[in-house]
Amino acid sequence: MDLGPHAGFIIGAYLVTAAVVAGLVAWLLVDRARLSAQLKRLEKAQKR
Amino acid sequence: MAVATLANPTRFSALAGRLLPFVLAAALITLAVGLYLSLFVAPADYQQGETVRIMFIHVPAAWLSMFGYGLMAVAALGTLVWRHPLADVAAKATAPIGAAFTFIALATGSLWGKPMWGTWWQWDARLTSVLVLFLMYLGLIALWRAVEDPARAARAAAVLILVGSVNLPIIKFSVDWWWTLHQPASVFRMGGPTIHPSLLVPLLVMAGGATLLFLALVLIGMRNELMRRRIRALGLRAAAAR
Repeated sequence: MDLGPHAGFIIGAYLVTAAVVAGLVAWLLVDRARLSAQLKRLEKAQKR
Repeated sequence: MAVATLANPTRFSALAGRLLPFVLAAALITLAVGLYLSLFVAPADYQQGETVRIMFIHVPAAWLSMFGYGLMAVAALGTLVWRHPLADVAAKATAPIGAAFTFIALATGSLWGKPMWGTWWQWDARLTSVLVLFLMYLGLIALWRAVEDPARAARAAAVLILVGSVNLPIIKFSVDWWWTLHQPASVFRMGGPTIHPSLLVPLLVMAGGATLLFLALVLIGMRNELMRRRIRALGLRAAAAR
C-alpha cells in the first residue's frame, strides 16, 4: 500500500487513534478489576 | 422490558453484562470491515489524495464527540427532571469516553490539516468550538471528582451539562454561520451527501463500528460506576456501624 508523500500524517493519525482507544479500554478494565476486588473485600467483611 | 425495571442498578448491571459481548463483537467486526474498506478498498480522493484516509477516523470521532455530549444532555434531563437513578451514572460514565473521542477528532484533524491546509491549527469557529467541547468534558470530569456527595455532584454536573449543550448547535452550524477554514457539512446536509459512494460507504461503516464501540465502552463505564457507588454505600454503612 503506497500512502504517498503524506504517509507519516496518515499513519500518525491511525496510531494516535489506536493508542487513545487502547488506553481507554485498558483504563476501564483496570478500574473494573480494582473495583471488583474492593467490593469483594467489603462484602466479605460485612458478612463477618 | 419496562424502563422502571432498568432503574434498578443491579438489574441494569446484569442486563448490560449480558448485552456487552454482543455489542463488543458487533463493534469489532464492523470496525474490521470498515478498516479494510478504508485502507484497502476506498480510492484516493481527487483533491486530498491518500490523506482522505484520515477522514475515516476523524469524521466518526467528531460525530461521537457530539453524540457523547448529546447522551449526557439527555442524562442530565433524566437527573434533573425525572430523577432517574441511572441518569447521573450514564452521564458520568460517558464523559471520559466523549473526551477521548473529542481528543481523537482534534488530533486527527490536526494531522490532516497540516498537509492539506498547511497548518496544524486555526482558530476558526469549528475548531475552536470543538476545543471548547473538549474542555467542557474535562471540566465536568473534574467537577464529579471534586464534589464528594454523589447527589450534589449529579445536580451540579447536570446543570453544567445543559448549559454547555448550547455548544452543540454552535459546533454543527459554525461552518454555515461563519467563514471557516473547516469545510461545510458533506454527509448530513440538505440535499444529501456530496461524497462519492466509494468514500461514503467506508465512512459510514467506520462510523457504525465506532458508535457500537462507544456504546460498549459506556456500558462498561456505567457498570464500573455502579460498583463504585455500591462500594461507597457499603463503606458508609460500615463506618456508621462502628
